[in-house]
Amino acid sequence: MRISRELRATYAFVGRQFNLVKRYFNWEVVFLFYSVINALTIGLIGVTQGPEAVLYLTVGALLWGFLSVLFHEVGESVSWERWEGTIEYTFMAPIRRLTHLGWMCIFAIIYGTIRTGIILAVVAFFFGISLKGANLGSGLLVLVCSSLAFIGLGLMAAVLPLLSPERGSQATHILQGLILLVSGVYYEIDVLPAWLKPLSVISPATYTLKAARAALLEGMSITALGPEMVRLIVIGIILIPLGLFIFNLGERYAMRSGKLARNG
Amino acid sequence: MEPALVCSAVSKKFKEDAGGRKPGEKWWRGLRPKKKILYAVREVSFEVPRGQIFGILGPNGSGKSTLIRIISTLLIPDNGRVFIFGHDVMEKRLLVRRMINRVSVEAAFFKKLSSYENLIYAARLYDLNAAQARNRSREILERLGFPEKKIYTPMENLSRGLQQKVAVARALLTSPVLLLLDEPTTGLDPKSKRDVQNFILEVQREHDTTIILTTHDMEEAEKLCRRLAIIEDGGFVALDTPANLKDSLASQNGGEATLEDVFFALTGKGWEEAQKDAD
Ligand SMILES: Nc1ncnc2c1ncn2[C@@H]1O[C@H](COP(=O)(O)OP(=O)(O)OP(=O)(O)O)[C@@H](O)[C@H]1O
Ligand SMILES: [Mg+2]
Repeated sequence: MRISRELRATYAFVGRQFNLVKRYFNWEVVFLFYSVINALTIGLIGVTQGPEAVLYLTVGALLWGFLSVLFHEVGESVSWERWEGTIEYTFMAPIRRLTHLGWMCIFAIIYGTIRTGIILAVVAFFFGISLKGANLGSGLLVLVCSSLAFIGLGLMAAVLPLLSPERGSQATHILQGLILLVSGVYYEIDVLPAWLKPLSVISPATYTLKAARAALLEGMSITALGPEMVRLIVIGIILIPLGLFIFNLGERYAMRSGKLARNG
Repeated sequence: MEPALVCSAVSKKFKEDAGGRKPGEKWWRGLRPKKKILYAVREVSFEVPRGQIFGILGPNGSGKSTLIRIISTLLIPDNGRVFIFGHDVMEKRLLVRRMINRVSVEAAFFKKLSSYENLIYAARLYDLNAAQARNRSREILERLGFPEKKIYTPMENLSRGLQQKVAVARALLTSPVLLLLDEPTTGLDPKSKRDVQNFILEVQREHDTTIILTTHDMEEAEKLCRRLAIIEDGGFVALDTPANLKDSLASQNGGEATLEDVFFALTGKGWEEAQKDAD
C-alpha cells in the first residue's frame, strides 16, 4: 500500500541517521561538550546581575542551540549528501520528497530535543538553578511548535545548495546569522535599532524565545501561552508547505541545469 | 512487444562557466564567470528491446553519463522524451524510479558506514525489509566474489574494486527491470572486472533484465553487448551489433577491423591523428 510504503521508507532515513550518529559518535560528544560550554559561558555573563539574568541568558543559549541544530540538520542535509556523493542515489529513490524531507525533519527534532535536554540538565546543575518554578511541559511544547516554523525555514534553506552548490551554503549561514541578530536571543528586541525591528517581527525565533522564557522563567502554563503558540503554529503551517513547494521548484531547477551532480 | 526503453530525439545542453580568472585579470571578474552553452546530448533516438544489453561507447565528455542521467530521471532533457516500458520518465517519475536502478562510475556511498549499513539503507528506500535485504545482498555479494567478513567494514576502508561490487549489489538488490551501468568496471583489476562482467551476464540471463552499459573497454563491449551505439560530441554516430560495426568498416577498408578501429574511425580521429593531437 502507498502509505505504508512511504512509512517504511522512514526506517531508511532514521536508521541511516542513527547509524551516522553512531559512527561519528566522538564528534557528537565533542559538539555536545562545546555546546554545554557555550551555554555555561553565556550564563556566567549574567551572574553579577542575579539569577534572573542567568536564566534569561541560558534560555537564550539553549533555544538558539536547539534552533541551530534543527536548521543545520535540515538545511545542510542536501549539501552534506552532495559532499558525500550520495545525493543522486537518494534523489533517485522511489519515494516522495515529502517523506524524504519529513523524516529528516523529525529526526532533527528528536535529535535536537535530546541534545537540548542534556545541556539543560548540565546547566541547571552548574548554576544550581531549580527548575521547580519552571513549566517544563510548556517549554517542551514551545520547542515542538517552534520546530514547525523552523523546519519550513530549513526546507527553504535546504534548497539553496541545489540552486548553487557553493553559494547556497553561504546564503544559509547568512540567513542563520540574521535570525540570531534580530530575534532577541540574548537581549530584548527593544534594544535593536528601529530599522532592524521589522525583521524581528517576521522572525519566528522572536516568538519562540518569548514563549520559552515565559514558560521557563515565569512558569507560565500552556493555556496562558496559547496565543503565542497559535502564532507559532500558524507560522509553521504557512512555512512548511511553502518550504516544500520551494524545495520542489529548486529540485526541478537542479534537474534541468545539471546542478545535482556532474561527475562521471 | 513493448520495448524496454525508447529515447526519442533527446537533447540536453548545459550552461558552463567559461573558465576561471586568467592570470593578470582583475579578481572581481572571477566572481561572475562568463557562461557558455555546451551541447552534451544532441537529438539522440534509439530503442532497446527487453532483456538486451545495450552498450554506449564514446570518448570522454561525449555525453554518455548525461544520457544515462536523463534515462534515470536525474536530469530533465531540454527536448525529446524517454519511455521506460511505455511510461514517460518525466510524467511517471515515481513509477519509473521503482523499475530502474543505476550504478555510477564513482561509488556513491556514505563512506563512514559499512557496506551492510549502506545496503540496508538502499533496500529500505526501495521498500524491502531488512531481512530480505540481508539475504539478497549476501547472495549477490557472494556471487560477485566479495569477502563476507568485509561487509561490516566502513566503505572508506574498502578498495575501489570492492566498493564497486557493493554498488552493483546495491543496484541489483532492488530487482530493477532496467539497469543503468555507467562504466561499472572502470578502475577494477582484471579479476574483479571479470567477476562483475560475468555477474552482469548472469543477471541478464536469469532475470531478463534490460541493461544499458557505458564503457571505455572495447573487449568488455564486445563480450557483453548485443548492440552498441557510438556517441561522439553528444550524438550517436553508429548503432549496430559489434560484428556488423566491424564488418562494415572492414568492407570499406578491405581486410580486418577491430572494434577499436571502428571507434577511432567513427569518433572523428584516426589513431595517428589522435597521437598527433596528444603531442
Ligand atoms: N551537470 C553538468 N553541468 C555542466 N556541464 C556538464 C554537466 N554534466 C556534464 N557536463 C558536460 O557535458 C559533456 C558531456 O559529459 P558526460 O559526463 O555526459 O560525458 P561522458 O561521455 O560520460 O564522459 P566520460 O567518458 O569522461 O565519463 C561534458 O563536456 C561535460 O563537461
Ligand atoms: Mg561518464
